Amino acid sequence: MGMLHIVLRDGLEDRQFIADHTVGFEEVAASTVSYDPQSVAERTGVPPDAIERAAHMFAEADRAIALHARGLEHHSKGVENCSALINLCLATGHLGREGSGCAMITGQGNGQGGREHGQKCDQLPGQRSISDPAAREHVARVWGISPEEIPQAGLTAAEIMEAIHRGEIKGLLSICFNPVVSLPDSTYTREALDKLEFFGVIDFFLSETAQHADVVLAGSLQEEEEGVVCSTEGRVLHIQKAVDPPANARGDASIVCEIARRLGKEKFFPYQTTREIFDELREASRGGVADYYGITYERIDQEMGVFWPCPSLDHPGTPRLFEGGVSMHPDGKCRFLLTPWRESGDPVDETFPLYLTTGRVVSQYLSGSQTRRIGALVDQYPEPRLELHPRLAASLGIAADDWVSVTTRRTEMTLQASVVKTIRPDTVFIPYHWPGRRSANQLTHRTLDPRSKIPEFKVSACRLNKAPRPGSGQAGGR
Amino acid sequence: MFGYEFYVDPSRCIGCKSCMSACEECETHRGKSMINFDFIDRPERIATAAYVCFHCEDPTCAEVCPADAIKRGLDGIVQSALEPRCIGCSNCVLACPFGIPKMQIAEEQMMKCDMCYDRSAAGRKPMCATVCPSQALSYVKPETIANERREKPTNVFYFGNQKVTTKVFMMVPEDVTAVSVDVVDYMWEGHP
Repeated sequence: MGMLHIVLRDGLEDRQFIADHTVGFEEVAASTVSYDPQSVAERTGVPPDAIERAAHMFAEADRAIALHARGLEHHSKGVENCSALINLCLATGHLGREGSGCAMITGQGNGQGGREHGQKCDQLPGQRSISDPAAREHVARVWGISPEEIPQAGLTAAEIMEAIHRGEIKGLLSICFNPVVSLPDSTYTREALDKLEFFGVIDFFLSETAQHADVVLAGSLQEEEEGVVCSTEGRVLHIQKAVDPPANARGDASIVCEIARRLGKEKFFPYQTTREIFDELREASRGGVADYYGITYERIDQEMGVFWPCPSLDHPGTPRLFEGGVSMHPDGKCRFLLTPWRESGDPVDETFPLYLTTGRVVSQYLSGSQTRRIGALVDQYPEPRLELHPRLAASLGIAADDWVSVTTRRTEMTLQASVVKTIRPDTVFIPYHWPGRRSANQLTHRTLDPRSKIPEFKVSACRLNKAPRPGSGQAGGR
Repeated sequence: MFGYEFYVDPSRCIGCKSCMSACEECETHRGKSMINFDFIDRPERIATAAYVCFHCEDPTCAEVCPADAIKRGLDGIVQSALEPRCIGCSNCVLACPFGIPKMQIAEEQMMKCDMCYDRSAAGRKPMCATVCPSQALSYVKPETIANERREKPTNVFYFGNQKVTTKVFMMVPEDVTAVSVDVVDYMWEGHP
């Protein structure tokens, strides 16, 4: 908002692009009036001249990409954060041509592909809406069922835990998911899993979550099963199987088919190979936004991946979305969206005066169920550490490697401090890859973005104290 | 591998240490990484740098070796000290301007990066370059680097008045032709 304010104040906007390709500009422009550099600096701590420079660099560049990772989304206003970036791209005409646009790097190997085909609970294959009657009709025909048999939109991961607490969900089958480590407020998550009447887990390692399960089915790693994934850029890739799953472990697809057979639904799951599943997905996604119909294993191998939408076998694929500034709305126009500022779901106050933010370290991956078992990676970063700025450390009498306790409105945890100048003095950081008493997600809160339902991992209010070393006998009997 | 060169770009290093893990798996020095890895100064910045031996044309390590144990082959690779000759004096460790050689105390032998010449002789890239996810360590053809990088490669370094030309290239900003490390910048010469 602050950058857009400067773009408009200094007349750096692309008037032609705005007129030809967008709607809603006037309202958004009016909403930025109060976001002058001084006010934005006071709210964000980013110096006014840095905001000025960034706005000019972005707007005056021939080509500019606004590229971000998941952090921008890990807020109770994550959708607005992303919309604000899109507004900036639209106002400066940086969209739909080479070297320009707005993109998010997904966190998992198939973070993009999963959200195109119904892993997202409000979707059907091809990025179709599960509430769209035409979409239900099409997909039901491919699956050989009636549209009425397709359920309505389900719940997201964080909402599932709340529904279990409310008693609305009694059984759960989880594939390759470690919410005990990765969801916020982990005590709440553990209690939810223990309330389930039945909990089944398909995973390749016995994760902390699998330890709550009634049945664990040994699944496969990406290297152990053939299939496709989609990259951030929308390129569909063919993953070749490199090794067989060990011992009695099986490919995830064959486990799902076997469960279907035991439930008497084998006629809907007749697959002998993962290629047959992909061929069904091609049909199911046909005509949708993420149309895979023209993509085959052979084409992927020959063309170093194929970009969706690719509606027919002779279609070259679509390496760049929104080419020429044409959106997927029926009128082809891009939307400026209002992004009013809102307070965090866990605001700082006198009792909890610091921001806690969570994230990753380079040697660990996601919930750590893969990387916490590899010696060389554990050696690099054996335990979570709290990062804080020397100025904050000095004010609290904390030195490097001291033990500190960090307390939020949920609970407190004790860990060692790293005093670094690479973090703001009003914020502390803890990486989230560990379980139990080492889990940063004990401290985080369950506020979700109202639209994306993504938890606010990046903002929790906390306070910090120097603490005795755990087990030193001075820990206050806890 | 004919036509391939090694390029080091610390600005690309993300500190994942994949190069070190890969190097440790080598049969010729199992369990020991020959990568030189630095956290530049973690309390101040997040920068890291992983680098290999630069394989000098006139290796300082060999020049200072009293036992003539360090050999540079016709392929330009400067080898670890020859085991029967190395007396473990550490002259090379102290003299190398890049800080590359490592003294293996237990073996009383200097060991260092040999750019996996056993692999490259068989048409395979050095281990570290095959695993580096950001290609801070990169083993490719010169035209690949010219096409894909904004930075320019150089293999000329000045350490004070010592000019060193190397087999391995360092990626530097476009307007730099040689890397100059003026020792005076790091000396205490009394109050100005």
